[in-house]
Amino acid sequence: MCSAMKHGSGAELNADDWKIGSVIQAQNLDLTFQTNDGPVHALKDVSLEIGKGEFVSFIGPSGCGKTTFLRCIAGLETPTGGEISVNGMTPDEARKARAYGYVFQAAGLYPWRTIGGNVRLPLEIMGFSKAEQNERVARVLELVDLAGFDKKFPWQLSGGMQQRASIARALAFDADILLMDEPFGALDEIVRDHLNEQLLALWAQTEKTIGFVTHSIPEAVYLSTKIVVMSPRPGRITDVIDSPLPKERPLDIRDSKAFIDIAHRVRDGLRAGHQDD
Amino acid sequence: MKSAGPVLVVITAILALWYLAAVPMNVKEVLTQAERAGAIVDPPSAVERRDTARLPLVMRNPELLGASWSMERARLPAPHQVAQELWASTWDEEVNGRRGIVRSGSLSNRSLVYHGGVTLGATFLGFLIGAGLGVLLAIGIVYSRVMDMSVMPWAIISQTIPIVALAPMIIVVLYSVGLPSLFAKAVISAYLSFFPVVVGMVKGLRSPDAMQLDLMRTYNASGSQSFWKLRLPASVPYLFASLKIGIAASLVGAIVGELPVQRGGLGARMLGGSYYGQTEQIWAALFVAAAMAALLVWFIGWVERRTLTAMGVPQ
Ligand SMILES: Nc1ncnc2c1ncn2[C@@H]1O[C@H](COP(=O)(O)OP(=O)(O)OP(=O)(O)O)[C@@H](O)[C@H]1O
Ligand SMILES: [Mg+2]
Repeated sequence: MCSAMKHGSGAELNADDWKIGSVIQAQNLDLTFQTNDGPVHALKDVSLEIGKGEFVSFIGPSGCGKTTFLRCIAGLETPTGGEISVNGMTPDEARKARAYGYVFQAAGLYPWRTIGGNVRLPLEIMGFSKAEQNERVARVLELVDLAGFDKKFPWQLSGGMQQRASIARALAFDADILLMDEPFGALDEIVRDHLNEQLLALWAQTEKTIGFVTHSIPEAVYLSTKIVVMSPRPGRITDVIDSPLPKERPLDIRDSKAFIDIAHRVRDGLRAGHQDD
Repeated sequence: MKSAGPVLVVITAILALWYLAAVPMNVKEVLTQAERAGAIVDPPSAVERRDTARLPLVMRNPELLGASWSMERARLPAPHQVAQELWASTWDEEVNGRRGIVRSGSLSNRSLVYHGGVTLGATFLGFLIGAGLGVLLAIGIVYSRVMDMSVMPWAIISQTIPIVALAPMIIVVLYSVGLPSLFAKAVISAYLSFFPVVVGMVKGLRSPDAMQLDLMRTYNASGSQSFWKLRLPASVPYLFASLKIGIAASLVGAIVGELPVQRGGLGARMLGGSYYGQTEQIWAALFVAAAMAALLVWFIGWVERRTLTAMGVPQ
């Protein structure tokens, strides 16, 4: 975890920090939901720093606050304590500046819009010109391998294709940050492998900063430059692993010693979290 | 047309029942007529017959019942009599009637077509007002907590008032302040049709799930953008379901609004028929009203199918 705290440990966040490379900074973040059954500590004392262009995976048992943390970054949830900044702004300001694209756990395409229409939605809202909309829709659909499907409606596509369309939707406007909540959770291994490869290629191409929630250890290790292991009750970070794997990653890198070593460390981290209960 | 068979069976059964029912329904008048024509009726005294139930009368005079299906001013006219009346008061009246196209050069204002048109006009106007008002109220209710707390209870209370019973009073009042009859009737129609539209539309506007709404937030969409691009399209299926109920209610409203004042329309025809014992006229008007209701609902359904197809709903 210490490796993630190179900058500004304990000190006030200041706007200069992100310029030297960090895009998201969270410090001692707390979030307590008030429910009818009493308070739920979804996040407790979470500190993390994400640099520009990093691919960060969040992994941990169900209910450990992965989604909640992602939503805090996105300004969809307001922390009850601590500080968080995105691009040197508050998450809400960053949201209003349209700093990120968010891919939800389910594809969540609007069923009354075609695939093209769904990808176009953020562009319409953000006021892009018609010509620019067309150009961008074509480009991002190409990027996720869905060229030629723009006239189809969501129900005419497989789950994996819908998920790719929802990624295209998040890519359509040039947000620097891509937040993805278990985007491939419901897909089979083969499709998942394929999409993982595509996602890596896309990341290399666009140099976005990506926050990625997953339940799969191989997926996390394969994709990430940084793996954040979390544990529940209260939701907290137990380990942050900086991956030594090269940026270029063929699928068979998963059989390499380095890969297996990281996977072991992640697994140990997850186990330790469970034993705390 | 796989469904034609069962439908025919049902229609045949209904017609058979109807013919059967016409016998006891009309038996007293039939026997009186037979007696006048010189037949011996059992029991012979009219007073005694009045106090005897219909079925025993039928049993005791089986040979005198031939006129059951051809009585004038029958209690229950037979289907073919109603059909004849339908023909006479539509095509025959329009073409050959004293006020028909041949003799007067214009369409008759005594035909069921004319009266149906009058009712239809009020139905449409009332429906437009009611549906428009319903949609606006629903938007208010969804977007304003104050309206949600204040309007919704009143909308519900408004529907507990037996409007059908109050309609004659309301109509008479509206007429007396000089409102044209079309608008007076449309008020009743609108009153009956706005409620289903409010309920359906509120449900529809609230149907987007948290994720769909969050997506809009991540785009920093304005309130009107979320409305036009999310809530409104999401509400369309709900809207159509309630429009179908609404337009049928509108028709009922228009007919009820025509009952108290004889200024044309199917409602006026029905009441006029019952004043003068012209039961065929009531039944003919009833059938036209039923056919109109079916047509209106079918029409909304047709628009619904076209719209939903355009919105990508699999057929
Ligand atoms: N809106 C909310 N109101 C109340 N409690 C909530 C809310 N959202 C999340 N929680 C609680 O916060 C905790 C963390 O939830 P979160 O959704 O972040 O978990 P997660 O790590 O994403 O789990 P999963 O892997 O199952 O998606 C859970 O205990 C959950 O019940
Ligand atoms: Mg989650």
